[in-house]
Amino acid sequence: MNAPQNNSQPSYLEQSPEVRERFQRIYDRETILEVRQLSKRYQTPQGETEALRGIDFKVHRREFVCVIGPSGCGKSTLIRILAGLDKHSDGDVLLDGKPVNGPGRDRGMVFQGYSLFPWLTVKENVMFGPEMSGHTRNTADNQARQWLDLVGLSKFADSYPHQLSGGMRQRVAIARALVNEPRILLMDEPFGALDAQTRAKMQHHLLDIWKNLDITILFITHDLDEAVYLADRILVLKPHPGEVQEIIEVPVPRPRTPAQFDSPVFRATKARIEALIHPPVESGEDEENNPEAGPMIRFTNVTDNVE
Amino acid sequence: MSALTLWLNAPQRRRALLTVGSFLLPILVWCLVSYLPFVWHPQVLIDEPGGVDYFQTGMRVDRSDFADQLADMAQQGLPLPSGSPANPIYLPAPHEVAKAFYSGFTSPPEQKNAPWLHESLWHSIQIIFWGFVISSIVGVPLGILAGSYASLGRLSEPFIEFFRYLPAPAFGALAVAVLGIYDGPKIAIIVIGTFFQQVLIIANTTRKLEATLIEAARTLGSRGWRLIARVVVPGILPNLYQDQRILLGWAWTYLIVAELIGTSSGITWYITQQARYQHFDNVYAAIIIIGIIGFGSDLLLARLGRKLFPWNTGREKG
Repeated sequence: MNAPQNNSQPSYLEQSPEVRERFQRIYDRETILEVRQLSKRYQTPQGETEALRGIDFKVHRREFVCVIGPSGCGKSTLIRILAGLDKHSDGDVLLDGKPVNGPGRDRGMVFQGYSLFPWLTVKENVMFGPEMSGHTRNTADNQARQWLDLVGLSKFADSYPHQLSGGMRQRVAIARALVNEPRILLMDEPFGALDAQTRAKMQHHLLDIWKNLDITILFITHDLDEAVYLADRILVLKPHPGEVQEIIEVPVPRPRTPAQFDSPVFRATKARIEALIHPPVESGEDEENNPEAGPMIRFTNVTDNVE
Repeated sequence: MSALTLWLNAPQRRRALLTVGSFLLPILVWCLVSYLPFVWHPQVLIDEPGGVDYFQTGMRVDRSDFADQLADMAQQGLPLPSGSPANPIYLPAPHEVAKAFYSGFTSPPEQKNAPWLHESLWHSIQIIFWGFVISSIVGVPLGILAGSYASLGRLSEPFIEFFRYLPAPAFGALAVAVLGIYDGPKIAIIVIGTFFQQVLIIANTTRKLEATLIEAARTLGSRGWRLIARVVVPGILPNLYQDQRILLGWAWTYLIVAELIGTSSGITWYITQQARYQHFDNVYAAIIIIGIIGFGSDLLLARLGRKLFPWNTGREKG
């Protein structure tokens, strides 16, 4: 799957012995999620659109995989198919070797938008999963307290979601997904709506949770720093149709700290992804990257210059 | 700035003041028309018939007729009639209506065995209540299901859409034939007037529920009946409550027509009876009571709604 050696940015493929050994350990673990030749087509008024084509990858137990790509590359479609919320057109999604059919408790999901139930308190939100699987209220209550403790929100157990900040709400959403003890946690740009500072805290917090639990994470993002900081491997998608461009083994050693953002391996990995998802534009192809497209009409006093 | 202007400019007081003003303004117009003779007063209330044969004390005649007769009597040298400017009988003054309002509850009805005003009202409220409850028992669940399951929605909604254009009073004669002449057909008219709107409105409210909430619930292992009971219903409840409030208001507008069907009853019977005897002060009092009950219960329900759904703050203004 790896792309041919790129001479200008060689170091992202060079792994220290510890990192190489770490990847070996990951690949020795069992496969939790396997996606084989997955494709998705749907009908639009303009005809048939191919959102995903021939997606192939495996996620191993306790691995942290990020999916990154420009907007419209189908990364949200991919995670919705994995969660069972959308149907795929071709190929297989196997969880522990068994095909996925509709949503299920074995795949927890954290959404970008606020998906907490506004009419339930924080604790009742977390109790929702256990109650749905037939646990008594008492058991559900105990489990919820335990998981709220883990995300550090015990004090807010009886608050309503609208009383919490954005970061806290996402922590509740994580606890609510984890209480079901899913095989894999699917996260769809979970920190996308947070401010930079909260987002950094949440990334750190998520790594903490991941380290201390037997949980596998598939994480969608459009933020390069976030992907390199969090992931073992990064799945880079390209748009129209969504295809796997490269699966990058992140050579940044663990444990990760924000100090590594400036390390050469981090920068090299980021540069490689940057090059993949924002390739040099051929003339007139990408309108977004071409702000000089037309003359700008001036709506203010001609003599009133800001620059 | 004076203390008074400061006091008046506090935003909450301003709001309360404007609310009171919105009621006081129409009352003020009514007072002007009633108490200032030069504003309208197209008739003359006769005090003294004078020499005019057909004038009687307490009779109202047009101003021009009175002027003609006055000139006529003056010419013939007969005693002059006298009177004061007055509004037509169908426009009583505010204080007369206020008095009727009070006496409607305190003095017994003129005819024996006729119901008191409050008995008529209570009968009307029961008609509304049962009509609305029966409609809701079927309409609310059907609306929620039609909104939740696209195929059920497509199966039921086109016909309901057609049916809601049929005016409910058109079914009056049919309702009497089927349900007799007493309360049955009246309740049926309220049900017909409410039910079809109710299904469509509630189905629409259900469809507007945040899709992410449903999806989150599904990934947490919720499906089918439990998904509806544990997520859809609580999720739409604040909006459903608002819908029901609006629908209850519509049910009130069907009341008068419904009560005219079969044997006239309730507040409608009271109003038509009083109008027949030209007790228009009582008619206005009864109409105003309907308004007070409708508006008052809506205010009460709005306040209750804020208590019932504490999580709904900021998303909705009751």
